[in-house]
Formats: sequence, C-alpha cells, structure tokens
Amino acid sequence: MRKQRNNIFYGADLLLILLYTSLIILGLINIFSVSSTASNFEAFSLSTRFGTQLLWIGLSIPFIIFVFFLDVKLYERFSSILYIFILIILAGLFVFGKNINGATSWYSFGSFNLQPSEFAKAITALAVAKIISESQFDLRKVRSQWKVFLIVLLPAILIGLQPDPGSALVYLAFFFVFYREGLPWYYIFFGMFAVILFILTMAFGKLTILISLIVLTIISFLYLRFIKMRKFKKFGIDIIVILILSSTFVLSVDYIFNNVFEQRHRDRFMVILGKTSDTKGIGYNTDQSVLTIGSGGFMGKGYMYGDRTRGKFVPEQDTDYIFSTIGEEWGFVGSSLVIVIFTAFLLRILYLAEKQKNKFSRIYGYSVVSIFFLHFMINIGMVIGLLPTIGIPLPFFSYGGSALLGFTLLLFIFIKLDANKVYEW
Amino acid sequence: MRRGLLLFYFIIIVGAIFIFRLFYIQIIDDEYRISPLNNSAVRVNYDYPERGYVFDRNGVLLAANQPSYDIMVIPREIKDLDTLELCNLIKIDISEFVKKIEKSKIYSPYLPSVFLSQITKDEYAYIQEKMYKFKGFYIQSRSQREYMVNSAANVLGYISEVNDDLIQKNPYYQSGELIGAQGIEKQYEEILRGKKGMKFIQKDRFNREIGSYREGTFDSLPEPGSDITLTIDIALQQYGEKLMQNKRGGIVAIDPKTGEILTLISMPTYNPNLMVGKERSKNSVKLFGDKFNMPMYDRSLQAQYPPGSPFKIVNALVGLQEGVITPETSFYCYHGYQYGSSSKAFMACHCGVVNYPIKLNMAIYKSCNAYFANVYKRTIDKYKSPSKGIDAWSAHMHSFGLGDFLGYDLPIGRRGHIPNSEYYNKNYKNGNWRSTATISNAIGQGEVLTTPIQLANLTATIANKGYYYTPHILKKITDKPFTDFNQKKVTTIDTKHFEPIIDGMFQVFEIGTARYSRIETIQMCGKTGTAENFKRINGRKVQFEDHSIFIAFAPKDNPKIAIAIFVENGGFGATIAAPIASLMIEKYLTGEVLRTAMEQGMIDKSLEYQYQKQLFSLTSFEKTTK
Repeated sequence: MRKQRNNIFYGADLLLILLYTSLIILGLINIFSVSSTASNFEAFSLSTRFGTQLLWIGLSIPFIIFVFFLDVKLYERFSSILYIFILIILAGLFVFGKNINGATSWYSFGSFNLQPSEFAKAITALAVAKIISESQFDLRKVRSQWKVFLIVLLPAILIGLQPDPGSALVYLAFFFVFYREGLPWYYIFFGMFAVILFILTMAFGKLTILISLIVLTIISFLYLRFIKMRKFKKFGIDIIVILILSSTFVLSVDYIFNNVFEQRHRDRFMVILGKTSDTKGIGYNTDQSVLTIGSGGFMGKGYMYGDRTRGKFVPEQDTDYIFSTIGEEWGFVGSSLVIVIFTAFLLRILYLAEKQKNKFSRIYGYSVVSIFFLHFMINIGMVIGLLPTIGIPLPFFSYGGSALLGFTLLLFIFIKLDANKVYEW
Repeated sequence: MRRGLLLFYFIIIVGAIFIFRLFYIQIIDDEYRISPLNNSAVRVNYDYPERGYVFDRNGVLLAANQPSYDIMVIPREIKDLDTLELCNLIKIDISEFVKKIEKSKIYSPYLPSVFLSQITKDEYAYIQEKMYKFKGFYIQSRSQREYMVNSAANVLGYISEVNDDLIQKNPYYQSGELIGAQGIEKQYEEILRGKKGMKFIQKDRFNREIGSYREGTFDSLPEPGSDITLTIDIALQQYGEKLMQNKRGGIVAIDPKTGEILTLISMPTYNPNLMVGKERSKNSVKLFGDKFNMPMYDRSLQAQYPPGSPFKIVNALVGLQEGVITPETSFYCYHGYQYGSSSKAFMACHCGVVNYPIKLNMAIYKSCNAYFANVYKRTIDKYKSPSKGIDAWSAHMHSFGLGDFLGYDLPIGRRGHIPNSEYYNKNYKNGNWRSTATISNAIGQGEVLTTPIQLANLTATIANKGYYYTPHILKKITDKPFTDFNQKKVTTIDTKHFEPIIDGMFQVFEIGTARYSRIETIQMCGKTGTAENFKRINGRKVQFEDHSIFIAFAPKDNPKIAIAIFVENGGFGATIAAPIASLMIEKYLTGEVLRTAMEQGMIDKSLEYQYQKQLFSLTSFEKTTK
C-alpha cells in the first residue's frame, strides 16, 4: 500500500490515457498537414503552428505530473477559491485583455497569449462538483437549483460578453450533470422542447407551428377525455398551460431571434435551415468545409495530398475546421475512425465517472464528459454542415495552446480522482 | 444510473449521426467527390501538341497548321466585367455573349472552356492588349489546320469542336477542344493529334497559383502528333475533279496490286479550308444545308447506284464458275429477251447483233442484255429452287466485297445491296417467285446497288484475276509503312475464268462500246454502263436521265490502276464516264494527257441543266401538292 502511494501514477486509467494520447497524436499530424504550404515542409520550427503546438504538448507534461502530484483532497478543498479566482481573471479581461479576432479573450504575455476561458471550464466543473456533493444539497429543491445555475451562469456570462458565445454555449453541458444528479426531468424536457420549437418556427413559420400546436392539444385533450378519463382531471389544466406557454414562446421567436442574437448568428442559422443559400458570404465556411470533406471520398487523398487543404480553401482550418482536413486526406475511413475514437474516449470517461464511489469525483467526471461531448458535437456538427457556425475548438485537434492545456488539465484531474478510488474502499 | 443513460445515448446517437453524415457526403453524394479538377483547388493547364501533317503518296503536303488563338473563360472567375466593352472588342453582340457564357457555365463554372474560338493573328494582336481588363478571360494559343490544296475535301475531312456526347464518352476531350470530324481527320484522329500535355497547378482560395499539384506527379508532357502519308495521288485527284466539274458523281481509283486508293472523288465538292477557323460553323451550316448539291455527301463512298452493265461481268464470272456456260456457249439476241409469257415480260437490248450466235467475248464488248439474262437465268435455275439459286449467286457476289461494307479505313460508307432469298421471300408472298422475277439483276439493274468504291474494288479484283486487297487510304505513319491491309481477299471464282472476261473487256476498248476512248499506247480493259434511275417523289416513281457508268483497269497485262466512275444523269456510259476514265488512266500511267481535245470536251461538259430540270420537277411537284 505504501509502495503504491509512492507511485503517484498508480491507478491511472491506462485505456483513457491511451485514447487521449492517440487523439493528441492524430491532432498533431493534421496540424502539420494544414500548416505546411505546398513548398514548405519545415517541421520543427517554432515559427510554424505545428512547432508551437508541439511545444504546448511538451509543456503540458509537467502540468500532468503536477496534477498527479497534488493530493486529491486539495481539489475539493480549493475549488471554491479557484472558482472565485477564475471569475476575477475573466472579469479582468475587460480591463487588461487583448483583443484577437474581435473577442477580448486573451491575456498577452509577450510572445504568447493565454485564454482563461479554456481553464474556466475545469474550474467550474470542480465548483459544481463540490456544491452538488455537499450532503444537504438537493437538486429537486428550487433553492439548490438556483445555486448551481448561478455557478454555471457567472463564468458563462463573463465569457459570452467577451464576446465568445461559442465558449459560453459549452456551459450548457452542465445541464447533463444536473439532470444526472437529480434536476427534475421537465427542465431538460422544456429546454429541448423550446429549442426544437424555436428551430421549427424558424423553419416553417409561426402560423404552421401554432396551428400544429393547437391541433396537437386538441388531440391529446380528446385522448384524455374519452380514453383515459381518470387522468383527464389530473392533466387537463396542464395541457392548456403548456399550450399557452408554447404559443407565447412561438410568437416571441421573432423577437428573440432579432434582438437577442447578433446578425452573424442569425445569418449562420438561416444558412443551416436552408432559408438562405449563400455559398460565397456567410455560408462560405460551411460550404467549403463540406466540399472539402466530401472530396476525400472513401479512402481520402492521402496525407499531405489534400489539394483543398493545400489551397487553404477552408478558413480556420487548423483551429475550428481541422476536421475537414481529416475528412479530405483520410477519407471516410479516417474521419469515421476519429469519430469512433472520440466516442470511445467519451464513453470511457462516462463509464469511469459512473463507477466513482465518491460523489465529488463522479460529478466532476460527469462534468468532464459533458464538456468534451458538447465540444465534440458542436464542432464536428458544424464542420460537416449539420449545425450553424459556432466557433469552438475540437479538443486535442484544434490548434491552440490554452485549449490544449485546459482540456488536458480537465481530463487529468479526473484521471487523478479516478486513480484515487482504489484507496477509498 | 438510469439518469446516467441519457448522456450515454446522446453520445452514441451523435457519433452514429456523424458517421452517417460522413458516409453521405464522402461516399453517396457524388457531386462533391469527383476529381480534384472539379473543385477549384487544382487547375490543369493544357499544352496542345501540333497536329500531324498530311502528305499524298508522292510527298505533296496536303494539310499543315497555322497559329490560331482561342479566348477562354472560367465563369467562376469573372469579376467586375464590362460586358459591353468586351463585346465590342471581340465583335459579338450581347445575346451571343449571354449564350456563350451560359454554355460555358453549364459545362463547368470552375473549368476553362473556349469562349470564342479561332481568332486570327491580326485580331489577336489588339485583343491581347486589352485582355487584362477582363478577369476570368484569357487567350490560349493553339494551332489550327491549314489545307494546302483546294481538293480532296471528302478525303481530308475537317476538324470541329467536340460535342457534349463525346465529352461524356471520351474523357480525353474538354469542352471547346477540337477533334477530327470527317475523313482522315476523324479516322486517324489519335495518330494526328498526339497527346496533350497536362500541368496540374495547385491554387488557393483566392485563385492564386501556389505551386504544382503534388509536386507534379500527374503532369505529363505533350506527345506530338504523327505525320501521315496517304495513298492518294493528289495530282490525279485534282485532275479527276477538274474533269468532273459541273457534273455529279463519284470516281474511285485503286492500285490493284496493293488496294491503295489513288483517288477518291466526290462531286460537287468544296474547299476544305471553308471548314477551318472562325467561319467554320457558318460555312458548315451552308454546306450541310445545301440539300440540292449536297457537297458534304461523299458520293464515292456513300452513294448507292445501280451498277448497270459492269455488273454483267460478275454475272458472267459466276456463270463460268457454276459451270452453266463456257466461253464458247452462245445465245441469240432478239432485240431483247423474252422472260415470260406476257408481252410485258421482255427485256430490251440495243446490242444490234441479230441472227448471230453471241458468245461471251462479243456479249461483253457489245454489252448484250439478252446474253446475260440467259446466263443469269441458267445460274439461278441450276439449283432446285430459285431461293437456293439466288443465295448461291449472292454468296459469289459477296466474295467480291459487294453488298456489304468493304472495311476500308474511312469513317463513312454504305453497304450497297445484293439481294438474297430472304429479301425476295419477304417481297413475294409464300416465297412464290421464279428466277425471272429477278432477271434485272442480270444487267445490274433491279435490286442491285453498289457504291463507287465497291465497283472500283470489283474492277481491281478482275484485274488481279480473283483477289483483292481491302482498299485503304493510309500509306505511312511518319516513315513506317502501314500494313494493316496487306491481307489478300480471294473470291469464289477460279483464276482461269478471268482470262476470257478480261479479253472481252479489252475488246470493249478495241471494237466495243468504249472504242472512242481507246488510246494507242496503253492496253486498257473496261466496261461501259448505263443505269436507269428513278426518284420517288411522293410515292410516284419518276425516271430521270440515265447514270453514265464506267469501270476500267490498265495496263492489261500488268494492271496498275483500276477505276470506277459514276456520273449522275450523264447518259450513256460511253459518252462521259468512259472518256474520263480513259483520260485519268492516261494521266496516271504516263503523267501527261495528249488527247487535249477530249480533255477539254470533258471539262466543258456541264450537266447542270439536267440537275436544274430535276430540281424544277421536284419543286413544281411540291407546289402542286400544296
């Protein structure tokens, strides 16, 4: 027992680390392809994005060791302090931050920039884990609900104001955690219902949806009235309330769409819904990305042989759109393999999280898988043309030091917590 | 744990949706997948090699090249276009501009296609200066055909832009590229054109060229086209065309020893240079639209005429081979031949030999219808049924290359027609017909049809005493002799049967129907022909002036040229076809023509009034029916 204690890596899940390593290597290989020009194959130079990414990977190793070195208890204990600290850091961006590509998301330290929002996810996850795991905490109670919503909303709002709506959106991931930990089902149900209603209203128009809602209500009304008469008294009123609420929501979709969202979001949304087709302006990224992936065919064009990657047809191809390179050069075989590895990665974390005896570890692990899942879904969904353009990175693939380090910490804190479970018998 | 399943299912479903979506865009949705050329990332620059030259058998240059320039367009790259200025510069109107742009867009918005083809050198000079103003347009130089002779248009053919069907079928060609469309340009397209070079260039999204695609792995150098030498003797060809002016018809001359086509004349013809350059499509409409003269119709290969009397020769050979006659067998001519009991069943004859037994030799040089009707009837009736007889006869005919494609190396042709039992059984109910029903076949009328080249080949076969080489037009590719056609085709007739026939044909010139076309210095053998012909005008058979036909070969003992001539509505074979054949043989064998009076007579002879008459009767008929 003592000997094992001395080995700080003892109990770490090797399969998860293996999946992590393969994702990192695949990402690096593809960044090399994207960042090389047709004639320039300089590999190990810091001036290329490949070189920088390699440096960040190297840099994350001491951080991983550091994560393993700390005692597990510390994460729980310091989560509140860290949370407050990161809120201050995020707020500080509005004063000291550096504006890159229209968003004040970075602190600049000479030649390199740090993006605190990438670390905020892990810290928020710790804070959420901590508060939910407290013994008197009960997510069925409204008071508790407001507490956790606030914890998630604060960093999300600060990030959204940078403005970085993509990164802010990731905080929706915590709703999976809340649901898992006892948040009543109708939060999730109404949340999804609202999203679906919103999209349907945008796609088919207010009138159609309103009529459909009324018809649906009448049908269920009749159903309850004549077939399940006993339940009628119980749910009759609820149905009317739902109808009124959802109709109001449908009628306000225009207002939300026009006043809450910005024009670029509206445009992207319309392109995805097929309301406007513009392959040169707004739809350009998605269109080019889908074309590029499609041109890969079954086997792909071969590594470094993607003509569309060489020609830099897809903007942001080394960051948000990195998956299009995989699609072009590795084809269906390679890109679906990446999907499979990623899915396996997610399922492994989920599996381990569920196995945790310690509530704090379980909630943290659940937060980790939810965050990775949202990144995975939104990023690839966007790149293959299923979701509107929302700029968030694909973990371990997209170029970017802060993101890489942030995701690595997020994951390895969980691996550390998981490794510790052997001592909790 | 049950609550934990939500995320589990979410992960699985999202992963599955992603893989399905990838499957759709990468494998099912074809539009995205086709070659790198179909997306704007890679452009191919083509390097067109010069087209091979064409020479005649004596090394005279027939077809060469001259520089020409095409205005190319890449529709996607057009930007801030001043349409009016461009139209003024290249002298087209707006509607034409719109049409051309649409066409190129339909072909491909990413790929270059020819916007305006074959502008001249002079136009090029000032258009080039202003071209920079029009983004998406550029000039590409290419060589264009130049025909060095105003002759043999039907042999040379022409080059035109590839059509869409062909682009679909043959991936070598891009829209707007040129391809041989007729004659040897079509037949030997791949030899003449060579292979275009390709350079793949990687472009970025701003359409800048950023280097070669995959380090030039796919690039290829152009392979130049090969020069070819034809079997045509252009001097003889031109001489024949001169003799045939103002007449319609076809002349084919063959070297019997090799099957090489010496001349292939179709009249009326056109200047091959009309089908070159910017005016090509305009001229093409005009030439193809001339339904009266039909200059694009190759009468030497495509026209099917009743062969008339020269066909008697083959019938005699069949008779000899079948053993129904010997050279000594004789028949009487009663100003014709009664083949049935009714007074209508009579075939008239103008040989004028009455009350005298006519043997084979005289029958040929006098062209006696009655004699050959007897021979034909005996041949058919030798068999148990006329069906069997006609099939045996038909098989002999086919061995001469009659009634089917000859298999020469030119892209067009007709089968001609040699009837068989199946044909007559279809036309006569219950197969109830007798040899006499087909008696017109004896004298090359009736159901028999031949093309001039078939008849020339027949003549060559007689000259060779029973075999022929498939006629062909290609002699050499660069300096390598062309040997695809050196296989002897043997007929079903024994060699010994040709001797008496050739003697008869010799007498045609000596004392027979073509005696006025005789020349001291050359021993010629021939046979005149005069074929009745009809045109069907709205179901009514209208007879026009007879076709003048002649076949000949010379010299008798060592044949070097075999020739067949059809002159449409030229009257007796002896009046036009025979002298022209005789003059051409003289020209070919001696290099000059001493009979200048005869030569001038033929040049001056015009049959235009005959053709006008036909046109008149056709149009007046149309008027009355209206």
